[in-house]
Amino acid sequence: MNSVGEACTELKREYDQCFNRWFAESFLKGERAADPCGQLFRRYQLCVQKAIKEKDIPIEGLEFMGPSKGKAEGSS
Amino acid sequence: FSKHVLTEDIVHREVTPDQKLLSRRLLTKTNRMPRWAERFFPANVAHSVYILEDSIVDPKNRTMTTFTWNINHARLMAVQERCVYRVNPENSNWTEVKREAWVSSSLFGVSRAVQEFGLARFKSNVTKSTKGFEYVLARMQGEAPSKTLVETAKEATEKAKETALAATEKAKDLASKAATKKKQYV
Repeated sequence: MNSVGEACTELKREYDQCFNRWFAESFLKGERAADPCGQLFRRYQLCVQKAIKEKDIPIEGLEFMGPSKGKAEGSS
Repeated sequence: FSKHVLTEDIVHREVTPDQKLLSRRLLTKTNRMPRWAERFFPANVAHSVYILEDSIVDPKNRTMTTFTWNINHARLMAVQERCVYRVNPENSNWTEVKREAWVSSSLFGVSRAVQEFGLARFKSNVTKSTKGFEYVLARMQGEAPSKTLVETAKEATEKAKETALAATEKAKDLASKAATKKKQYV
């Protein structure tokens, strides 16, 4: 899958590979080890956040999990 | 299957102190509208749709929740979807998903506003024509009409203006409340 920033697709792939490995082998098994992908993530984010600003994509200021739908779920 | 999805990016990710993974994904998808919609909303045609998907993965409780919604074209149509994935209580080898969706459009508010305006204008016109009718009847039946024609007309016009003003305010109010007004729940 491509990145919204054409130049970021390669950085995204590298990060995704690292993340997927950590996710499956560490996170889901309940290991508390912090993910080793921090640097890759930062490089990828620098690129993609710039592309997002350039394309004027309105992702700012939106509450996590969107407007609450009035359910009791909350943050369980 | 999903050729309509053009790009996918993670724009936020964190692990909470209680070991949950929070992520926000930005997706862009093609904007495939039916032909009739392209004619009515030409401004929307050129732009693909931007969608955010927020997710919480909780490995301890073995659940995942996602919430997905479009962040543009939203006045035309806003779609929201919430999925909760968990272990099936009857069979721990199965994962079950509960999926809810909401579809709404501010166009619904516009049609309400048009209706309200039309109705209010009709009412004020009926008042004018009724007053004129009564005046003519009174003249024909030899009664002195209670007011002159000029006064009657002025009264009717004043009333009509008031009604129209109230209707415009109501219509504006409806149109601006529009997006949250009518949702279909699935």
